[in-house]
Amino acid sequence: MEYVIAFAVGGIICVIGQLLLDLAKLTPAHVMSSFVVAGAILDGFGLYDKLIEFAGAGATVPITSFGHSLLHGAMKQADDHGFIGIGIGIFELTSAGISAAILFAFIIALIFKPKG
Amino acid sequence: MANNQKLKDNYQESIKPFQPKPSYVANCLKAFLVGGIICTLGQAIQNFYIAFFDFNEKNAGNPTVATLILISALLTGFGIYDRIGQFAGAGSAVPVTGFANSMTSAALEHRSEGIVLGVATNMFKLAGNVIVFGTVSAYVVGIIRYLFKTYLL
Amino acid sequence: MRKTGKQTWVYENPIYINATGTAVGPKEADGPLGETFDITHKDLHCEEDNWELAERRLMTESIDSCLQKINLSYEDVDLFLAGDLLNQNVTANFVARHNQIPFLCMFGACSTSMETLATGAALVDAGFANRVIASASSHNATAERQFRNPTEYGGQKPDTATATITGAGAALVSKEKGIVRLTSATIGRVMDYGIKNANDMGSAMAPAAADTIQRHLEDLNIAPSEYDLILTGDLSGVGSPILKQLLKDEGYDISTNHNDCGLMVYRPDQNVFAGGSGCGCSAIVTYGHILNELKSGNLKKVFMVATGALLSPTMIQQKESIPTIAHGVVLEHIGEGG
Repeated sequence: MEYVIAFAVGGIICVIGQLLLDLAKLTPAHVMSSFVVAGAILDGFGLYDKLIEFAGAGATVPITSFGHSLLHGAMKQADDHGFIGIGIGIFELTSAGISAAILFAFIIALIFKPKG
Repeated sequence: MANNQKLKDNYQESIKPFQPKPSYVANCLKAFLVGGIICTLGQAIQNFYIAFFDFNEKNAGNPTVATLILISALLTGFGIYDRIGQFAGAGSAVPVTGFANSMTSAALEHRSEGIVLGVATNMFKLAGNVIVFGTVSAYVVGIIRYLFKTYLL
Repeated sequence: MRKTGKQTWVYENPIYINATGTAVGPKEADGPLGETFDITHKDLHCEEDNWELAERRLMTESIDSCLQKINLSYEDVDLFLAGDLLNQNVTANFVARHNQIPFLCMFGACSTSMETLATGAALVDAGFANRVIASASSHNATAERQFRNPTEYGGQKPDTATATITGAGAALVSKEKGIVRLTSATIGRVMDYGIKNANDMGSAMAPAAADTIQRHLEDLNIAPSEYDLILTGDLSGVGSPILKQLLKDEGYDISTNHNDCGLMVYRPDQNVFAGGSGCGCSAIVTYGHILNELKSGNLKKVFMVATGALLSPTMIQQKESIPTIAHGVVLEHIGEGG
């Protein structure tokens, strides 16, 4: 059942993205930036955690969860260190994703050749 | 050229009948399908990490995302991701796989300029905006929330 | 009188294309005109290490093939006019470095083929050169990488987009009797009707083609029916109907004798959205198929209008619109009179 919900929620988030591309004629860059900001804002209201509880990977896989993780890490450190904590915590939870992306992009670029 | 002047003023309106419209429904269905599949795969990977490794619900997201990024980078390297992207649109761009693809494709493309000036310098060409906006918005929302929590509650 | 009307050049001496050469990539070789190209490659890298080298190879091969057909070498050519889509026209410059022919680099985006041909013919007509090579090239990957996104990027292209041709064409022009005759050319003005969408160049270029065609017909005081074919470079599926409408509004009907290289070079099932585009598009179709048809007499008089979108990614990001230009050359079958 969790798979069905993950499928549905993830799919719906992607459909919103597709509508922004087709109807609003935004570029993919604008859509992705908006989504990540939306994720941060939703987490600001405490809503994104509830979505993750409900949809699991359907909420953690889309790029919106990146915004959520950035804010989440910031708030966690802010509880301990106050204002300064915001800066300390921002990349705490997203470290796995960003470092993986950098590492794998680097390795793939060394091994493969673009095919066009 | 009088006709042309009038046409120039509302050219964009007048050529709308000639421009093919995207098939909105088909595109949304494809995005829903592929986006859903990627998220379902993510769920399966997450459950795998919880079951076989020392992860729980809270932190299994990390290796899951890293695994999806690896898969996406490989598909980009094999020249398959761009075809998936053309089919799925937002369905492959919105999940974190799209982020990984944007970085990998940029790095791969600029290999001909060398590793330092090509691969490393250009890697964030397409993904930079996500990181910048994510960080800035996290700061702003974080500060607002912190002020709210500290002074108003 | 060489200058006729406002923008048209009528060549006083008989000017001929003596030979042409074309070199293309896999998709073009696989298309409907595949048999008409001299050299074809099975792979986009064209046996080179990177995309830019591949494009240079295509241009060099097209020139070599052209010269080989009439037993000439680089030393026999007085002037080389060429251009491509890349920043600083690297393809043309580096090919000129290789062939050491006195070189004038030209940039007209996708209108470069006719820009170089018209200018080359004018210089021959006025006696500044005896033999001129006019060449243009484009490559799908180099264009994508420079104007849009990395080639492996998974972004979705709309149906108005066009696919840049991987190919190069070259023609040798002189006063010696050759395959077809160049009788006149019309130099276009830059038009801009406010299109800002880099994924819809057909809509941006149609007004430029319309302006040049109309100017040509007015300067020479002729009707569209004068030509068996009015061919545009890469208006493709979106721009072609717009062109017909624009000209119809001015009283010129080209519905029966218009075609577009971008529509001719690919089949609809080759995933090319609205059709082909690029400097190479008009070059490979004109210097291959169209020249064959003119040689055999299937086509007697063709007005070839190459259209260019003077697009720059920086300008697009600065929210500017896309200026466009079109240059046309009249090619004629050589009858018994010559």
